[in-house]
Amino acid sequence: MVHVFSRFRFRWGLGLIAGLLPLSLLVIVVFLLHAAWPAITFNGLGFLIHNSWNLGNMYADPVMVRGQEVLPRADYGVLFLVVGTLLTSLIALILAVPFGILSAIFLAEGLRGPARTLGSFLVELLAAVPSVVYGLWGYLVLIPLLGRHVYPWLEQSLGTFVPIFHGPSGSGYGLLTAGILLAFMVVPLIAASLRDALVATPSALREAGASMGASRMEIVRQILLPGQRNLIIGVTVLAFGRALGETMAVLMVSGNALNSLPKNIYDPISTMAAFIASQLDSAMQDPTGMAVHALAEIALLLMVISVLVNGAARGVLWLSGHRA
Amino acid sequence: MNEKINTPSRHVIRLRRRVADGVMWGATALSFALLGFVLLHILTYVFVHGLPALHLTIFTTDAQGIAGGLRNAIVGSLLLSGLALVIAVPIGVSAGVYLSEHGDGLAAKVARFLSDVLVGVPSIVLGYFGYITMVIGFGWRFSLLAGSITLAIMMLPYIARTSEMAFRAVPIALRESAYALGCPEGGVVWRVLLPTARTPVLTGILMALAIALGETAPLLYTAGWSNYLWNGHFTHEGVGYLTYVIWSFIGEPYASAHQLAYAAALLITLMVLAINLSARLLLVRWRDVGR
Repeated sequence: MVHVFSRFRFRWGLGLIAGLLPLSLLVIVVFLLHAAWPAITFNGLGFLIHNSWNLGNMYADPVMVRGQEVLPRADYGVLFLVVGTLLTSLIALILAVPFGILSAIFLAEGLRGPARTLGSFLVELLAAVPSVVYGLWGYLVLIPLLGRHVYPWLEQSLGTFVPIFHGPSGSGYGLLTAGILLAFMVVPLIAASLRDALVATPSALREAGASMGASRMEIVRQILLPGQRNLIIGVTVLAFGRALGETMAVLMVSGNALNSLPKNIYDPISTMAAFIASQLDSAMQDPTGMAVHALAEIALLLMVISVLVNGAARGVLWLSGHRA
Repeated sequence: MNEKINTPSRHVIRLRRRVADGVMWGATALSFALLGFVLLHILTYVFVHGLPALHLTIFTTDAQGIAGGLRNAIVGSLLLSGLALVIAVPIGVSAGVYLSEHGDGLAAKVARFLSDVLVGVPSIVLGYFGYITMVIGFGWRFSLLAGSITLAIMMLPYIARTSEMAFRAVPIALRESAYALGCPEGGVVWRVLLPTARTPVLTGILMALAIALGETAPLLYTAGWSNYLWNGHFTHEGVGYLTYVIWSFIGEPYASAHQLAYAAALLITLMVLAINLSARLLLVRWRDVGR
């Protein structure tokens, strides 16, 4: 036994160090669950289905509710955060998927040689720009532009017959702005994956199309794109997962609404990630610690949603033969 | 006869196909142009506003409230990411070796799955985890070590993934010849795998470093903030970093604070782009030489 161990000593050591990676995920889950547990028992299911982020009366003595010490009239419900998170990410995808697919086609079929390398590089650099720089740009460029010019115009034109574009168009901080900014952040993921897949398509498929008299674009539309359906779905879901967890950019342009659902597409909202980042300072004022536990419950919820979305994406990609 | 009447003439069909093709090509070019325009607009905006704000004093003085320089933040950013790298590289590369060399067993499959899951965990969740465990639980308070470990956890799956791919690309024949010469397993890893796959592994590490440098969310509640230069303490002392300056100072109603935010945005963008670019160049040159 000792002999066997010494022979594989290197492998054991390697495995032990490598094991720290999966271990870190398990530790994260255990500690988040532990930190969120008082909030989970106090809030119950109501946490998910009503809008209320109320730390309670700071100046009163704590009371015991359901075995947990909380401030009187404390009440936590984060439906508005779940809705805000899902809606911003959904808007981001509605914008990013068509733009991503179209620019992937342009990169793979319209450009060649150094031009393709340079073009792909530009699109991939969009993913390298730090999130907080996106936030800065959104705050100083996008919000004045959209709030003063684009949204009033949208309200006058589209808003007259599509209810969600109905006014008032507000100041520019809100759902649509956050969605647009997120779209730019996730579009490189879609464009780069699809471009790689299109470039890697066997040339026999193109030749078969060309021999039938199809033009380049007809080959792309009717032969190449249908073949990449699963990849497009998988990458889209992956991009959704990425958008769900974005913090800084959303924090700077979303308007940070509290306890209210958006009434139209311009309304201020907040997302789970942005809310955690913006509320910890005030949560620390709660002497019973319940607000910090409730934030941990949001973090756990966000993690569960992201992991499920990611798992679904990887499942679809695995089925289509990619390991992205 | 009827069929012939209802079918449009060849001329019309050809025109319709031409128009459809033209519209599609136009749409693809336009959407690419929009993405390129947005990237260039962001970069020029940061440069135009950041360059005038970039005095020499930025590098020589520390932040004083909302004025002063950025020396403490620049040093802090480099320290946080550097220490994170020191923690993440040995673990990540070991995981890469393990997954590539023994990647078919059950343990490796589970580890790979968990690593993929870890990539999907939002960075703010990692930050909150760091807060409740290290900042509160261990009592380290806002500190360099808490921030670096949080960043390291974020970098781990990227490094593991890229190094696994790099080691897998090393030809089996190289391993077999080393084993045939009596080389033990550790020797194969140190003398064959690591030197052969050096460049792509380094590329992955650089990419992870670029991501870590640009992050804000995981540091907000682990590294905190400090107006002073790092004083050598790993725990119990907050650390300043550049991305915090951007987020927090741009919201202040003072021109001096805005200048600092612009300068910080330019510096962090330059650093991230430079690292990203050098990683790509390294990989391209390595591929060309390989051929």
